[in-house]
Amino acid sequence: MTPVRILPAMLLCLLPVCVLAETAEEKALAIAVEADNRDSGFVDYTNDTQMILRNKQGQESTRLIRSKTLEVDGDGDKSLTIFDEPNDVKGTALLSFTHKEGPDDQWLYLPALKRVKRIASDNKSGPFMGSEFAYEDITSQEVEKYTYRYLRDDSFDGMDVFVFERYPIDEKSGYTRQIIWMDKEHYKERKIEYYDRKDTLLKTLLFTDYHQYQDRFWRAHVMYMENHQTGKSTRLLQSDFKYGTGLIERDFDKNSLKRAR
Amino acid sequence: MKTLLIAVIGLLPLANSQAGEWRGYVELEGTAFFEDPAFPEQSNSDLSIAAEPEYLQEWNDGDDIFTFKAFGRIDQRDNNRTHGDLRELSWIHAADDWEVLAGVGKVFWGVTEAVHLVDIINQTDLVESFDGEEKLGQPMIDLSLIRDWGVVDLFVLPWFRERTFPSEDGRPRFAIPIDTDDPLYESSAEQHHVDFAARWSNSIDEWDIGLSYFYGTSREPRFVILPSAIDPVAGTVSETNPLYEIINQASIDLQAIYGSWLWKLEAYTRGGQGDRFSAAAGGFEYTFVGVRESAIDVGVIAEYLYDGRDDEIGSTTIAAGTPFSTSPFQNDLVLGTRITLNDMQSTELLVVGIIDLEGNGQTFSMEASRRIGNDWIVALEGNAFSNVPENTSLVSFRKDSNIRLMLTRYF
Repeated sequence: MTPVRILPAMLLCLLPVCVLAETAEEKALAIAVEADNRDSGFVDYTNDTQMILRNKQGQESTRLIRSKTLEVDGDGDKSLTIFDEPNDVKGTALLSFTHKEGPDDQWLYLPALKRVKRIASDNKSGPFMGSEFAYEDITSQEVEKYTYRYLRDDSFDGMDVFVFERYPIDEKSGYTRQIIWMDKEHYKERKIEYYDRKDTLLKTLLFTDYHQYQDRFWRAHVMYMENHQTGKSTRLLQSDFKYGTGLIERDFDKNSLKRAR
Repeated sequence: MKTLLIAVIGLLPLANSQAGEWRGYVELEGTAFFEDPAFPEQSNSDLSIAAEPEYLQEWNDGDDIFTFKAFGRIDQRDNNRTHGDLRELSWIHAADDWEVLAGVGKVFWGVTEAVHLVDIINQTDLVESFDGEEKLGQPMIDLSLIRDWGVVDLFVLPWFRERTFPSEDGRPRFAIPIDTDDPLYESSAEQHHVDFAARWSNSIDEWDIGLSYFYGTSREPRFVILPSAIDPVAGTVSETNPLYEIINQASIDLQAIYGSWLWKLEAYTRGGQGDRFSAAAGGFEYTFVGVRESAIDVGVIAEYLYDGRDDEIGSTTIAAGTPFSTSPFQNDLVLGTRITLNDMQSTELLVVGIIDLEGNGQTFSMEASRRIGNDWIVALEGNAFSNVPENTSLVSFRKDSNIRLMLTRYF
């Protein structure tokens, strides 16, 4: 988000040694920063999400959610997520403040009790609504939450891609590392492999059906997460992206959480 | 009250409104008791059906919301539990730095698990559940002022709701039948007494803080035995009447989050029911996230409960006409666990034990639930009372250990 982060790398490049000295770490960080820059400045958006959970036996269950997201200068995004299905959680709402540094803040609103519950920030590795997506997979992916290492250039699905690893800084993360396949044209993720704490391949996420909004921002309409250890999978379908909807901070406070329907 | 409702309905949007939406549930409930009842009017089982339809309508991009929510139950045994209630009939309007709710609504304050001390706006619908978590709709105007330094809520509560109590056929119930038809009030305005409340709340880093003040009719009654209820020959008491006094109560609720630790505190000081007294509950919930590389979360709950009042209902020294209170948790320890499977069916289990540190018995409760398909929830609840001595309010329930199965269809 902030150009400040890239400054040390740029300053370094003013020195003559730079030419031959960009390390794998610096190269991957520069890619992550560029991807973040290309995706910043959206201000706000809303969208609908359908999640189709599938277990090993092939039984399916559907979740419907609506989300509002607000970009915050100098910090992580704020988001408000309202659950529409299953019916027993209808009206339940989740308010998240992501932070570049330190744990995120999360509050859950339970409409039957009219109660706002603070959620322990350590549960980031837990499943989101019983799906194969962990909280940390779906919250705002801030550059500062990882360190990086470049692996190689490759091709994926006919596209030229960067392949790099990132390592979560938070020790409460469920992962030791993730391998990212990112296309060189738009700097968007095409595939992520997640490795668990024992460094065994846990999940693979595929991004397809990208659409461009505001002539700038690319959003994957289909995300498919497969858990290799349990045989379960989740297909996440995103639709109805609307940008520049005029959301303000006030739409992301605890009063707005209680008003979510 | 009536004018308030007319005002709310009058504000319903007309032609340009977005479509409204119905939601809610229908629930079938069966309860079985392990022992024969303590009182001859009671039974060993109970069947019941309940429904809670809700209608919502938003307009002005969600800045205005109309809510209607009704509740009704038919109970096989307890006439008092066969009841209906207007849970909500309200209009909410949100502006940049303020919000108003007018009509019948529900407000929750508090953080602790075992008791809800500071939660005072709505009356408890005690026939619904003995843990006091179900509430009656409360007529109110709630003005929220949203500032950088927190949110100030100002409440005007123009009508008082009486607490519901089980009838003589209900189980569990208090040993002395409660005459809910003839409650006593300190204020001559009775139910028309206008109550007030104010609250400041804020989230500061890891802390969630609330400071509240209430002046008005106590939601929690004391009880009085009228001379006419005493049979001097047999030495028996036929009934007791709830006494609703005017109280002033200041309270704090505090929560701090540090990693997997949630630290909680609720406390109040109350004047107006005999001598001023205080009550407090505090403790923690620690969550082990993803135990043994699974998706399962295991929470450990520990809370300490304090109440400055004596538990007088079991006392044999209650004099006719002297108000007495029923508060079983003077010096109690709460231990519990919350197990969340985080599976497709949202399977959850909560087990809580409350141990009286003065040796006055233990109560245990269990709640388990699981989704079936997309629209059904099956839930199992259990309550057990053990080692309850004669001189406490819990003695009324000593034979009422039970198990309850609920099947709920959401729409």
